Amino acid sequence: MATPTSTTASVKSATETMQERTRAFENDRESRVAAKVSVRELDFFYGRAQALHKISLDVGSQIVMAFIGPSGCGKSTFLRTLNRMNDTIPGTRVEGSVQIDGQDIYAPGTDVVELRRRVGMVFQKSNPFPKSIFDNVAYGLRINKLTSSKTELSDRVEEALTNAALWPEVKDRLKASALSLSGGQQQRLCIARALAVRPEVILMDEPASALDPIATQKIEELIVELKRQYTIVIVTHNMQQAARVSDETAFFWLGKLVEVNSTEQMFTNPNEKLTEDYITGRFG
Amino acid sequence: MELHRLLDRDLEMLRDRVLLLGGETETALQKAMYALIERDTVTAREVLDGDDEIDRLEVEIDRLCVDTIALRQPAARDLRFVISVAKITPILERIADHACNIARVAVDLNDEPQLKPYVDLPRMAEFASGMLRAALDAFTSGDAAAARAVIERDDQIDQLYNRIFRDLIEMMVSNPTTTTRAARLLFVTKHIERIGDYVTDICELTVYMTEAAFIKHSN
Repeated sequence: MATPTSTTASVKSATETMQERTRAFENDRESRVAAKVSVRELDFFYGRAQALHKISLDVGSQIVMAFIGPSGCGKSTFLRTLNRMNDTIPGTRVEGSVQIDGQDIYAPGTDVVELRRRVGMVFQKSNPFPKSIFDNVAYGLRINKLTSSKTELSDRVEEALTNAALWPEVKDRLKASALSLSGGQQQRLCIARALAVRPEVILMDEPASALDPIATQKIEELIVELKRQYTIVIVTHNMQQAARVSDETAFFWLGKLVEVNSTEQMFTNPNEKLTEDYITGRFG
Repeated sequence: MELHRLLDRDLEMLRDRVLLLGGETETALQKAMYALIERDTVTAREVLDGDDEIDRLEVEIDRLCVDTIALRQPAARDLRFVISVAKITPILERIADHACNIARVAVDLNDEPQLKPYVDLPRMAEFASGMLRAALDAFTSGDAAAARAVIERDDQIDQLYNRIFRDLIEMMVSNPTTTTRAARLLFVTKHIERIGDYVTDICELTVYMTEAAFIKHSN
């Protein structure tokens, strides 16, 4: 409808709108409970080769953050710094800090086994042990002596399988070999194994890249469900997957963090041209 | 062939089609106003006959937008472009419908004596037509500043609408025998006023496409 007053005065400048959205995003981040994972000025080296450059990043509690970027950009390397999985690779070196709930995980005296209980990991290729379904999930509970009775052990296994949305499919064959499960089921079993020790953060390195669309959908639904209880960081090459499951997205390029933003902003109007070129397929 | 080439091809096709639709719509509006002002019934009928092509283009662009989203999964500026095209297309089709309505009035009025020489009405139509052309140019070049400038011009259409409205009402009151013709002309002015609003919508979408800023209803 025509209005008697000028519409021009009411037209907000794009810059103003963008600034408002950025402020809203920052305020939202600040209003959340202090960051679950806080990384500052992180450098990572494979021997003399520097793979990560001055990465600073906060991951809030109970959100899903996706890491995207081309192969070799350092996103998996960075993921593995969050629970010191890179420690197992000879010749690697870390500088800077990674804090979980304010505690520096690289501080001397850190119990790495306890760290990895708190910060679980799921890999690209499902890697169940050649044991029964039950024993796979019970493994971490047993070696960490986290249960005091067989009943409690069974309850925790059931809880983990339920939370991994696998219980209805395996409850009648817990003694069957884990290797008899389908690829998608094996990956959910690995998630159940990670959940059994009640971690606080779950790192997922391309957890659905080897799965068919239906199994992928189940994993994605599971990720969205799990964020009610856990903080989840996922590396994915599938940008639609990042858009579907994550609340925030970080874009890495050549070992640098180019942009971290709300996923909505990232996929509709990223701040950096490099990010835009990557997600629109005009990279390189 | 790389995937982004396929996407670019689709985006280019969408751009071509929406510009074609914009051109057809602009022509329909100009011809409808010419038919009214010059009392040319033949041209009015051309406008009505041409509407099928505009409808066909609308459906074609709709399909292309859906296919592009489903098959290419555009993101960021590409996504904003496809969404803008999908929203601009029905606006252009509605502008063309208004042009048809003006053409129908022209056919009716051309059978009767002219009410009075048209002065403000052609000016109003020229404004609307110029706005539409400028809006399509701004969209094509992704020029948000130009789009904002077009939005400003809608006030002039509104002012002319109010003036013509008052004149026609006065005419009806002072000479009731003019009521039917004056009422038809009132409809014409309303159609043009609505076209101005639709052009504003196109410009708001151009700003969204270019800057990802939602300025609609921002007052």
